[in-house]
Amino acid sequence: MAKKRRALWEWKIVRRAMWDAVRKLNPRKMMGNPVMFVVEIGSVITTALLVKGGAAFKFNLQITLWLWFTVLFANFAEAMAEGRGKAQADTLRKARSETVANRLLENGETEKMPSSKLRTGDLVLVSAGELIPSDGEIVEGVASVDESAITGESAPVIREAGGDRSAVTGGTRVLSDRIKVKVTSNPGETFLDRMIALVEGAERQKTPNEIALNILLAGLTIIFLLAVVSLQPFAIYSGSPQTIFVLVSLLVCLIPTTIGGLLSAIGIAGMDRLVQHNVLAMSGRAVEAAGDVNTLLLDKTGTITLGNRQASHFFAAPGVNEQELADAAQLSSLADETPEGRSIVVLAKEKYGLRGRELSSRNAHFVPFSAQTRMSGVDLNGFEIRKGAADAITNYLLQNGRPMPGEVKESVERIARSGGTPLVVAEKARGALGVIELKDIVKGGMRERFEQLRAIGIRTVMITGDNPLTAAAIAREAGVDDFLAQATPEDKMRLIRREQENGKLVAMTGDGTNDAPALAQADVGVAMNTGTQAAKEAGNMVDLDSNPTKLIEIVGIGKQLLMTRGSLTTFSIANDVAKYFAIIPAMFAGTFPVLNTLNIMHLRTAESAVLSAVIFNALIIIVLIPLALRGVRYRPMSAAALLRRNLWIYGVGGIIIPFIGIKLIDMLITRVGLA
Amino acid sequence: MTVNGWLQILFFLALVLLVTKPLGVFLARVFSRERTFMDLVLRPIERLLYRLTRVDENHEMRWTEYAVSMLLFSLVSMLLLYLIQRVQFFLPFNPQKFTAVNPAHLAFNTAASFTTNTNWQAYSGESTMSYFTQMAGLAYHNFASAAVGISLAIAFIRGIARRQTETIGNFWVDLVRSCLWVLLPFCLVGALLLVSQGVVQNFRPYDTAQLVVPQQVQRVGRDGKPVVGSDGKVLMDTVTEQTIAQGPVASQEIIKEWGTNGGGFFNANSAHPFENPTPFSNLLELFSIFAISAGLTYTLGRMTGSQRHGWAVWAAMATLFLAGVTTAYWAEAHGNPLLIGENQRVSALQPGGNMEGKEVRFGIANSALFATVTTDASCGAINGWHDSYTPLGGMVPLVNIMLSEVIFGGVGAGMYGMLIYVVLAVFIAGLMVGRTPEYLGKKIEAYDVKMAMLVALVFPLVILVFTAISSVKGFGTSGITNPGPHGFTQILYAFTSGAGNNGSAFGGLNANTLWYNTTMGFIMLVGRFFMIIPMLGIAGNLARKKYVPPSLGTFPVTTPLFTVLLIGVILILGALTFFPALSLGPILEHLLMGAGKVF
Repeated sequence: MAKKRRALWEWKIVRRAMWDAVRKLNPRKMMGNPVMFVVEIGSVITTALLVKGGAAFKFNLQITLWLWFTVLFANFAEAMAEGRGKAQADTLRKARSETVANRLLENGETEKMPSSKLRTGDLVLVSAGELIPSDGEIVEGVASVDESAITGESAPVIREAGGDRSAVTGGTRVLSDRIKVKVTSNPGETFLDRMIALVEGAERQKTPNEIALNILLAGLTIIFLLAVVSLQPFAIYSGSPQTIFVLVSLLVCLIPTTIGGLLSAIGIAGMDRLVQHNVLAMSGRAVEAAGDVNTLLLDKTGTITLGNRQASHFFAAPGVNEQELADAAQLSSLADETPEGRSIVVLAKEKYGLRGRELSSRNAHFVPFSAQTRMSGVDLNGFEIRKGAADAITNYLLQNGRPMPGEVKESVERIARSGGTPLVVAEKARGALGVIELKDIVKGGMRERFEQLRAIGIRTVMITGDNPLTAAAIAREAGVDDFLAQATPEDKMRLIRREQENGKLVAMTGDGTNDAPALAQADVGVAMNTGTQAAKEAGNMVDLDSNPTKLIEIVGIGKQLLMTRGSLTTFSIANDVAKYFAIIPAMFAGTFPVLNTLNIMHLRTAESAVLSAVIFNALIIIVLIPLALRGVRYRPMSAAALLRRNLWIYGVGGIIIPFIGIKLIDMLITRVGLA
Repeated sequence: MTVNGWLQILFFLALVLLVTKPLGVFLARVFSRERTFMDLVLRPIERLLYRLTRVDENHEMRWTEYAVSMLLFSLVSMLLLYLIQRVQFFLPFNPQKFTAVNPAHLAFNTAASFTTNTNWQAYSGESTMSYFTQMAGLAYHNFASAAVGISLAIAFIRGIARRQTETIGNFWVDLVRSCLWVLLPFCLVGALLLVSQGVVQNFRPYDTAQLVVPQQVQRVGRDGKPVVGSDGKVLMDTVTEQTIAQGPVASQEIIKEWGTNGGGFFNANSAHPFENPTPFSNLLELFSIFAISAGLTYTLGRMTGSQRHGWAVWAAMATLFLAGVTTAYWAEAHGNPLLIGENQRVSALQPGGNMEGKEVRFGIANSALFATVTTDASCGAINGWHDSYTPLGGMVPLVNIMLSEVIFGGVGAGMYGMLIYVVLAVFIAGLMVGRTPEYLGKKIEAYDVKMAMLVALVFPLVILVFTAISSVKGFGTSGITNPGPHGFTQILYAFTSGAGNNGSAFGGLNANTLWYNTTMGFIMLVGRFFMIIPMLGIAGNLARKKYVPPSLGTFPVTTPLFTVLLIGVILILGALTFFPALSLGPILEHLLMGAGKVF
């Protein structure tokens, strides 16, 4: 799947959509959309009457054509939305092409067999350069894998047996090494298969909100049907009966064809937007739920903070100056390849100007961290520098007959209280030199994002395994609303349940197998693509980039989807005002010239007025396709501000725009002599 | 328009504003069964009633049980009224010796009319109904149908307020409490106030008075049209004496407004000097029409815990009221452009404007106000002839009813009608804030939308279909007394009034025919009960839902913006449905009047 944004009017997609628009005229397919179905019936009726012949052929022909266009435009909108998905599916299909797998037999031999024959539980060997034949879990080995076919990300990722990084996806390519993979899906049920089905929208079901909206639209359609059907007797009473062409035109203009024609396109495009963010939603319902989310559960590590703790300060012991401490700390860490160790070197360099030194020249011996001593350090020309947790160093110093200075102890406690991790640095001969403060570094811009979320009424809860003290400090720094410290999977589950009992919708991300129950319980559970199979199955979305921060974007997309629906519904209904002012005077001004007072647009003739309204009604669908596919602009702001903004644009705008549009069309068609 | 006129209108609105909170608090206390100052007297009566009727006052009902109880109660009441009318000759308090109400379809129409709080009157009270029928038949329904309306509104409010419950209250308890606490005490005081103004209250036979000057009047046939003699001239009768109708009027008059019923004791309704003799009685009646409905907005806020939402709804109602009364007052004060001269200008001797069909003691302002108020609410009492208003002045009452009488509205009915609009407004616009729409913490989902659309459908369905049939069939057009768009408006107004359970007559239409009596009776029942059942369905469904606590992302229902939005939805939905009909009725008539043609 390409990461680039697809151009809106890509010719290939447009061409296919035009054909699909015609194919969709099949009444059985149209019935799912009551509003457009009514338009189709109207078109059939006018066509039949046209064939029968009669007066005003030119006008009737144009009305009939534009009615058909209205239906076709709506179908085209839906086909466009689907077409974008289909194009993506085609790209994915290429990755699914048949491969030959090396199936491992019980006797240790391998046999060649087509990937489509692999069943759950089979073991296969995949070597560098080969495609992984099916979804599975690495049971042996480690390899770098190119997953660009799925994620669009060209940098290879490491996959290894055991732990949370063992899942591999069929269709991805092993770049180095050799792995033994246990197949976890049957043919046709692989992740790739499901992805294709999803982006194609093959199994798309109407979401709850879409159903509710459809009921509203159907109801409005019936009301307008009544208004138009009853108008004929009124017209007869008034001595000015109308032709069926005019009545059908009025009906089609009044029923909410704009939203009716674009509704399914909006839904498909919402899923599509997620796909463009490299997120796969397993159902439209999940996308909608994302818009409704009240509470976000965010894992601290990797989401709110950078993955690792980093050195932020040196606190020297009494009688030691900071330069000396920094020097010792650096020496002890030069060979330390852990992220913490590297961050100490970086801090020493940035703050104290200490450059890296070549240890081998000094006859140094690096002492790695061990679980027994819980220290690491360096032996250098008789010096022995150690760094480690406070109690480990205390023991170390006691063995050498030196107590831990009170000031150092105080520093240690202060750091711990403020959410940091203290590392004490000591030299065997001099005793404790001071303390290094390791801190969780909150990712840049997180505070602002949480503020935005607060502004749209979403509460963020940080989940961490840290103790409450540490958690509170980080929570304060990051600006989250709440935190869950020393969280076990059960705690997480309990938190989700409690929020849900209070009527709130909860979204979370997760990747580990122990996240699976919570992912399933959450209203929006986003599994990381790097995560385990269990996690991916439990969630209702998968993030191919495995970026937990993306949850915030997902919420935005969900909201945008609902907003687009609401805005276009409002627009559609508001449009009717102008259409009445175009058509009603046109119908009756022949008999009652005074009714021309209502012709406030000064449309040229009765025929041009009706025709202009019908043409506007058809064209507005085409004009709004980009809006339906891209979604209305969404910036995080309070509901009150959003409502004010959208009500102005789509409510008031919806009343005014058709007046202008219909007038312009009227001028144009009378100029070129169509009416 | 005069300053004096406007001061009266604004004084009236100020009174309504003033009573909203105390009455709202009182209603909330009554229906939450909290203590009120009346308990000392009323509680024993209430308990006795429950013991006699074996009602368990602590039993809570699901919406279906509530609906069935309400329907059964209404059905039995309706049959009872039909029976009373048909046998009134055998019953007491009939000094004028009226025979049974005939024909049967008139009795059916009246029974349906009073059961549904419509009070459409295809009969003349003083020449048809005995005092017993008026009191035990009609006034009983004035109480009962109003109490049903209040109960339903309270049940709906409970549906919004309650969380994860199946039940929405007990219909019988709500009914009894509506009558005992809300309707009876005020009516007792109000009736006495009316008597102080000259409204009669007696069981005497009618008085007869000799006219000082005998009058020549047109002879009117059974079809309501003047009878023409063989020479082509209208036949005239000489009248030398006048019958002055009597009766227990005050007791019926006050509930007519307090319960927004609108069925007059006399045919002339509140234009009759015995029903509404003075400007003060006029104000009292106007105030009574709006009071409970205004109070219910405060009750809504109080029971749902969002007082500002209650006021937002009040503000929407008040704005629409002001828009209506301004239009009507302007149109009537403006008068008929074809009559140029002194008689339409305001002077010490002239009220100015279009005084046709209005009472001199009320003048233009109070007549325009009454017409607006009585149709904002589903009252239907009148103090002037809407038929004689200018086309736009007469369109105001019509449009008010077409908006389904939610501008304060009928007691209870206005509140639940408005709440249906609120549900629709929240659903349509709520999506625009990017969430599944929520109303006071309750998600609005497919079921709620379905039921709300059913309610919204019933109204245009019955009005448009029956108006359409009547306007092209002889049995419909024969009732019309004026040609052209005015005649069309007469039909449209009748069915709108019936479906909206308003009951005011445009006048002019001769509706006491088999066609109109039957269809009007039918649509009154449909207009009431087919709206109530889906409405209760929503209430039950809302009660079942979880409460979503409000946040910054929640659709705001307490702001002026929401008020504007609600008004917009009411106007657009109403206008879009009825604009074609209106444009061939009053709008066309208005434009033709400008061109010099009147009907």
